[in-house]
Amino acid sequence: MRIFDPHIHMTSRTTDDYERMAAAGVRALVEPAFWLGQPRTSVDSFVDYFDSLIGWEPFRAGQFGIRHHATVALNPKEANDPRCRPVLDLLPRYLDKDGVVAVGEIGYDAMTPAEDAALAGQLALAVAYDLPALVHTPHRDKARGVRRTLDVVAESDIAPERVLVDHLNEVTVGLVRDTGCWLGFSIYPETKMSPPRMVELLKRYGTERMLVNSAADWGRSDPLLTRATGEAMQLAGFSADDVDRVLWRNPVEFYGQSGRLDLTALEASDPTFAGNSILRGGE
Amino acid sequence: MTPDRLRAALRGVPDPQWLDAALRRVATEPTAIERFFVTAARRCGRGPLPDPPGWTADEAARALLLATLPNGHAAAAETLYRQGDAAEKRAVLRALPLLPIGAECVPLLHDAIRTNDTRLVAAALGPYARHLEQPAWRQAVLKCVFTGVPLAVVDDLPERADGELARMLAAYAAERHAAGRTMPDDAADLLRRLTIPTPEA
Repeated sequence: MRIFDPHIHMTSRTTDDYERMAAAGVRALVEPAFWLGQPRTSVDSFVDYFDSLIGWEPFRAGQFGIRHHATVALNPKEANDPRCRPVLDLLPRYLDKDGVVAVGEIGYDAMTPAEDAALAGQLALAVAYDLPALVHTPHRDKARGVRRTLDVVAESDIAPERVLVDHLNEVTVGLVRDTGCWLGFSIYPETKMSPPRMVELLKRYGTERMLVNSAADWGRSDPLLTRATGEAMQLAGFSADDVDRVLWRNPVEFYGQSGRLDLTALEASDPTFAGNSILRGGE
Repeated sequence: MTPDRLRAALRGVPDPQWLDAALRRVATEPTAIERFFVTAARRCGRGPLPDPPGWTADEAARALLLATLPNGHAAAAETLYRQGDAAEKRAVLRALPLLPIGAECVPLLHDAIRTNDTRLVAAALGPYARHLEQPAWRQAVLKCVFTGVPLAVVDDLPERADGELARMLAAYAAERHAAGRTMPDDAADLLRRLTIPTPEA
């Protein structure tokens, strides 16, 4: 089982986690920019953080054969602090980098006017830099937040197939299913989604444009729940090709829209990827 | 290494016209280098060049861009390093010996050696490290041994290695021995060469 975790905050994980993930089949991941577990108070701490997302973390991941890419943005929480907002002026420098494959995570936390402005402005940046966008949906008042997110996406110039709406669940999946956006699901030990519930959604809604991530972050989370979801899919009768589509080809296709996804080192080192295309299916 | 040799090596990259145009532009409009430098890997590839050995296409293209600047090499190197991702930083470090500069960029070596990214530590110990003061250079060599960087990357090692480095290596070997571990072969060889008296001594 080859796994591409499309949303995992490795900054908050130990090097042992990389080792366990590699053993479980994780070959590639995308680390979206977010907070540090407590709110930042200045632009300078964003600079050091973004630099680690395009420097230290890819190196750390590479030691275990895992390809690391990042998304960069001002996250919704910190968009509300005027001390942090000037980071928006720094984003263009990072959105040009090889390892940056989307703008994200952007979206709503408490649905404030400051978050409205940051979301719309950063969707415009995604268009300007020809990148897809990873959009977080709020934990509180989620259904309303998802509707408002979709409205802002529709009003922007970004094409829906270049938008991944994340942290969906049973209540919100139906709102996004027919919009053309990609659908992300975070599998957590307790909150958000669980592997058995995810399998039920895949049975009902199919595997097209569906992405599964562990999102593993500062909270109680588990970077191996992508693998657990793949195993739960197989037990429920999904084929190896279905699992590969959800856990590998879908994230490759979504982030591949950046033109910057580079999995050539993996193809060269792993017989599973013999052949020319990173979009190659099956195992 | 010379810019001419890098230029010859880059004739076979996927988009040589892009590189030619970028070099012409940088020669007359130095500020244009920032955008070319960041996109060079996407245009020229990241694979190893057949020659010169030890260079990748993106490193060579970026080094060539820096060397093509008409002036302001040290300031540009500093900016591109500070704003760069790990590959860009590494390319700046590899470019330093090709540039018409003095010791102004030594702070970049200090920064690279402070990291735990072995690609940066290795790139900091090329020919430009002749400007690095001896205590910092010894620490960097020992850091290579400690983090598994082959000592073959250290430029001028046989001539520059001194008695103090031998003492540091011996102390490290004693620590390794006490822990039931061995020294990497290249470090053990170096220590042996530094401690066994030559016939004429």
